[in-house]
Amino acid sequence: MTGPNTPAIGPLPAKTDVVIVGAGWAGSIMAREMTEAGLNVVVLERGDMRRTAVEGAYPDSLDELRGNIRKRLFQNLSTSTVTIRNRPDQQALPYRQLGAFLPGEGVGGAGLHWSGCQFRVMPDDLRLRSAIIERYGKKFIPEGMNLQDYGVTYAELEPFFAKSEKVFGTSGEAWTINGRLVGRRGVANPFAPDRSTPFPLPPMPDVYTASLLRKAGTELGYHPYSMPAANTSEAYINPYGCQMGKCNFCGFCSGYDCYLYAKASPNVNILPSLWANPLFTLRTRAQVLDVVLSADGRHARGVRYLDGHQGGKERVIEAELVILAGFQFHNVHLMLLSGIGKPYDPVTDTGVVGRNFTYQTITSSRFWMPNDKHTNQFIGAGGAGVAIDDFNCTNFDHAPYGFIGGSPIWVNQAGLKPISAALASGGNGAPRWGKGFKKEMVNTYRHSLAVDVMGSNMAYRNVWLDLDPTWKNAWNQPLLRMTFTWQENDIRMNRFVVGKLPALGRAMGAVRSQINMFAPGATFDTRRYQTTHLAGGAVMGTDPRTSALNRYLQCWDVPNVFVIGANAFPQGMGYNPTGLVAALAYWSAYHIRTRYLKAPGPLVQT
Amino acid sequence: MQDSSGSDLPSAPRLSEAPSPRRTYGRRHFMGGFATGLARVTTATVLASSALPWPQPWHSAGNAQARGSGQPITSGPNFFTAEEFAMVRQLCERIYPQDEEGPGADGLGVPLFIDGQLSTPYGYGARWYMHGPFVAGPPEAGYQLPYAPRQLYRLALERLNAFCLENWQKPFVQLSAEGQVDVLTWLEKDALALGPVPGNVFFELLRANTLEGVFSDPIHGGNHLMKSWYLTGFPGARADFMDWINQEGAAYPFGPVSIPVLPRKRDEQG
Repeated sequence: MTGPNTPAIGPLPAKTDVVIVGAGWAGSIMAREMTEAGLNVVVLERGDMRRTAVEGAYPDSLDELRGNIRKRLFQNLSTSTVTIRNRPDQQALPYRQLGAFLPGEGVGGAGLHWSGCQFRVMPDDLRLRSAIIERYGKKFIPEGMNLQDYGVTYAELEPFFAKSEKVFGTSGEAWTINGRLVGRRGVANPFAPDRSTPFPLPPMPDVYTASLLRKAGTELGYHPYSMPAANTSEAYINPYGCQMGKCNFCGFCSGYDCYLYAKASPNVNILPSLWANPLFTLRTRAQVLDVVLSADGRHARGVRYLDGHQGGKERVIEAELVILAGFQFHNVHLMLLSGIGKPYDPVTDTGVVGRNFTYQTITSSRFWMPNDKHTNQFIGAGGAGVAIDDFNCTNFDHAPYGFIGGSPIWVNQAGLKPISAALASGGNGAPRWGKGFKKEMVNTYRHSLAVDVMGSNMAYRNVWLDLDPTWKNAWNQPLLRMTFTWQENDIRMNRFVVGKLPALGRAMGAVRSQINMFAPGATFDTRRYQTTHLAGGAVMGTDPRTSALNRYLQCWDVPNVFVIGANAFPQGMGYNPTGLVAALAYWSAYHIRTRYLKAPGPLVQT
Repeated sequence: MQDSSGSDLPSAPRLSEAPSPRRTYGRRHFMGGFATGLARVTTATVLASSALPWPQPWHSAGNAQARGSGQPITSGPNFFTAEEFAMVRQLCERIYPQDEEGPGADGLGVPLFIDGQLSTPYGYGARWYMHGPFVAGPPEAGYQLPYAPRQLYRLALERLNAFCLENWQKPFVQLSAEGQVDVLTWLEKDALALGPVPGNVFFELLRANTLEGVFSDPIHGGNHLMKSWYLTGFPGARADFMDWINQEGAAYPFGPVSIPVLPRKRDEQG
């Protein structure tokens, strides 16, 4: 683990084997894999260097104002943002201030400020269209819903989930390993897919509020389990030789860099193994403008970028292989700006780039315990908690309810800090300020807990991404435009699952509740934080008419470009996306290493 | 410049006697008056942020005290005028008042905290997308005005005081506490526009900044003596709860600690 941990700032080579856009999870995984294959790799990151030893140092990193409130680790919108509208007949307006979602920026990307919820995937989520048709017939799919399969199975991805969990140092408890029952009811998840190996670390202990859901869920006959967390229940050294400390539940995960090296991040778990590798070069402050294509548009020559260490000079770096590994919508934006793949047209329902843009549904309800019970909500770990999957994915019969998708229910006490608690306090009849506010806020902070329902979001023909006709980024390129709102299917799903909460609250011994669910006809609101789990827009699949990428995350149209991220998901799922993003990155890297490098070209013939 | 038909407003207004909702005060005055100067300021800010294609270091527009560089904020205000500052002190106190539970915003040092924050990049809207055109949209589209927090405060305070003078022949700071609460209630309900600033936009900014100053680490100038953390039971930067992960609902027993202010070079990246 020795070596320089600052990027070289001299001129980059004009040519390299692989250029990777973005130094988050996807980019770091691909950089590690490509250097293992003996290739020269240049990673271009538009943001700043982020060293956990410096920016993450105790105690300065434990500063809520600087972290989650002033949004230190999140995307600086001043140079580039997106525009958003709910319906195609509206003018989309710029997302001027961070609100509903918080993309990252800088080395580590969103992988530095995430919580650490590291789920696999429900096997049926990868083949949702097929699963729904098998069970309920084609008519069950609502008009306008672009339900699709990923084109990859859980069995194919399993080794790559196992590999990424070893790299991340994941804490959890397996239900079955190679078909043999090893899990304990009430600790492991009987709905979880089979595994080839145990979790690297035992499950995280329950905070008090999580133990309440575990008890209540068991009482009601559900199947509560310990959430798989990329927070360490023990000290750990990963296969790359990177050292993690043991999580002490300080409560500063989500929105922060972990001073204990106990939350997995590219900065802690992968990049330290690359700093001294001569094949690896990371360049920060490198704003990639587009992928440079050959005259026929079938081959990428490299990428065009502005070098922030050379006075913002425009440069091109040539590469045999271009890997886009930015956040979901940045990848889609770069494809549109570069002319890779045909843009989606919702009128004719043709084209693929921008198609199947999705998000996640989430509502958080609150329960108050009696005044002699203190919920100590500041104690927490971002990925830890207790969840129930009885209403997720295809784990229950949808026939009587007429919607597709589902949601886990969980208590994921990540560490509630007082500014956030105060800002969210009040409303629904309770005072938001002035007399009466303080007392109620303190009572809520000391004695309540949150139960979340974070669920899937299906893809629709009238929800997509394209280029905005009006607003530009600082480099005069059109902003990405989101046309997005909640659909009836999502609202019904949310209301169905939230409907299970009052009984759980009573079983937890709550004395008061505030149940929050989507109102019928609810529209997407950019102001209120919901989740950063955006997905789709450049999805993987088996049919080039409905997917931008093949099942190896390779562009159908430009085979030396691979696009890694949640952009590949054809629809949203109940689980957090990072576990699947990491597994897909390793899956793609494996096929590049074993097949593409031997015979560069399309890995799937059309 | 009153735009409603001569309602006689009481000197200490109660909400029940409020002027008609959705009144806009002084828009014409504003547009004809210092709008030109303001537009120039806005343009300058936008140009400054767009000319540089990467984030500026935290200290570039900052005030060393405001970013918690080692010294508590004892002097000031630096941004607000004396008149504005007197208003801010009372506005914050109405949002988070002193009561039997403990000090209010004023006693916690929140007004100076806000003044300090307005000299950080936040005050300049340095991380917001501030490129035009600026087009009004539905509320769920979020903030669409061309003003950074500094400009919002300057504009809103001036308009608010003018509104009070026009209607009650006294400045905001001379209204009764109840009257001030009424004015804030109108702003929250967006029943009173402050020139080009919708009332609820200013209200939400003020509420957010006040609560930030009440509950943030004292290194930023508010939360005097961590009194708000004692009140809520938040232990601050203790950051180790191994023995308290699950105590079956017992209260955490230790008081708060703040981030120590040490004589060392602080991280320049913010």
